Amino acid sequence: MNELADNAKTPDTSLDDIEIELFIRALKLRYGYDFTQYAPASLKRRVLQLAHAQEAATVSELTTRLLHQPDFLPVALEGLSVPVSEMFRDPDVFLALREQVLPVLASYPQINIWQAGCAHGQEVYSLAILLEEAGLYDRTQIYATDFNESALRHAQEGIYPAREAQLWSRNYLAAGGKHTLADYYSARYELIKLDQRLRRNVIFANHNLVTDEVFCEAHLVLCRNVLIYFSDPLQDRTLALFRDSLVRGGFLCLGTRESLDFAPSASDFTPVDAARRIYRLGPRGTGKE
Amino acid sequence: MTVPQAIVIGCSAGGLTALESLFAHLDPGLPQSIAVCCHTGSATVDLLCELLAKHAALPVEEARERSPMQGGVIHVAPSGYHLLVETNRRFALSVDQRVSFARPSIDVLFESAAEAWRDALIGVVLTGANSDGANGLLRVRQCGGIAIVQEPLDAESPAMPAAALERAGADYCLPLADIAPLLNRLCLP
Repeated sequence: MNELADNAKTPDTSLDDIEIELFIRALKLRYGYDFTQYAPASLKRRVLQLAHAQEAATVSELTTRLLHQPDFLPVALEGLSVPVSEMFRDPDVFLALREQVLPVLASYPQINIWQAGCAHGQEVYSLAILLEEAGLYDRTQIYATDFNESALRHAQEGIYPAREAQLWSRNYLAAGGKHTLADYYSARYELIKLDQRLRRNVIFANHNLVTDEVFCEAHLVLCRNVLIYFSDPLQDRTLALFRDSLVRGGFLCLGTRESLDFAPSASDFTPVDAARRIYRLGPRGTGKE
Repeated sequence: MTVPQAIVIGCSAGGLTALESLFAHLDPGLPQSIAVCCHTGSATVDLLCELLAKHAALPVEEARERSPMQGGVIHVAPSGYHLLVETNRRFALSVDQRVSFARPSIDVLFESAAEAWRDALIGVVLTGANSDGANGLLRVRQCGGIAIVQEPLDAESPAMPAAALERAGADYCLPLADIAPLLNRLCLP
């Protein structure tokens, strides 16, 4: 057994926790954004990360800025938002959507899709491409929502770092893409801009899963890796919101590592492809005409 | 002295071989919950669990979000997500940005586990090619847990254990072959 140099000292962890709680409380009281039902461990990391990025000595300093500097709100929301995804992330999921879900959606004269928590829009454009290649896009309406205005603006622009294109192209092909991803964007300098025609049937709208209600009738709800940030009750509330938004036999697609084991509302859904977290509203057999 | 209730283990390059040999020698009667974060590059968590289960004396499972850390089970972090432990000792996942270029990151697992288990935690840093885990191990020690680091000269890739030693120090610094016997000693009444 080696006795080694010990440069560890006991920090006052509870102090961090108190300050984070006050910050979250201030955000709710001052602006109505409610993060009190978020999963604590990752929320804590994000708040501390925000303090670090803002060169704030303490989280309390963030709270002061939040209360007294209106232009700090978007910065704070950006730091606490759904992180950025990639195009066709988990290609096998998009392949399953292409092969198992779109053929069913094709039977509807008008298709409504809700992408909840769209962040910077990578998955919205992925969906649009999928629908375009299936010949369904012209009768589809995609609602892409997020609570974060600056993320919505990003998503609307569809401009991303060019260094991402290589991975996204690989994903696109693995997802059963029929062309090359480059057919859908133009590259300039260090950026790529997605074909604006892909946006023609997308409505970007501000919607907060924590506080807002049903706003459309959807045939497919896509919400991947958002619920992982929610505590059990908020996850359950959100699933109920999806249930109430979906038509009978409508589809729900979640993140591939998301678990419904602690959500009573999950009993409303039947797995279509459990490994890829694709479900259908209603008991087994629903939607079989 | 508090009896440890949980063990977190981090490694990257060379980690699979190291974990196989470590798990082969753990006592099958260990009651502690074990969580592992191994940067595998492209290997999926399914494959990783399958390979580890071949050698392990204890059951090996992918760590699932919201599920409790179970005693006597080795939980493996899924690829592409950070694995965290909530204070109620259930797992959580995140797709937040990489930490130390890694997702899953050892720091993220260790730091959250340290706050959940306080002084009832053992943190183990094995072979690896970067400095992920150093901050996490420091947090484990700050919260009163025990830190074990593989002797860098004994490791296939010494960078990770060396960085952990430099940043956090350790209660024990040993060759890999001695770590399982030490864990058995610390963990069995």
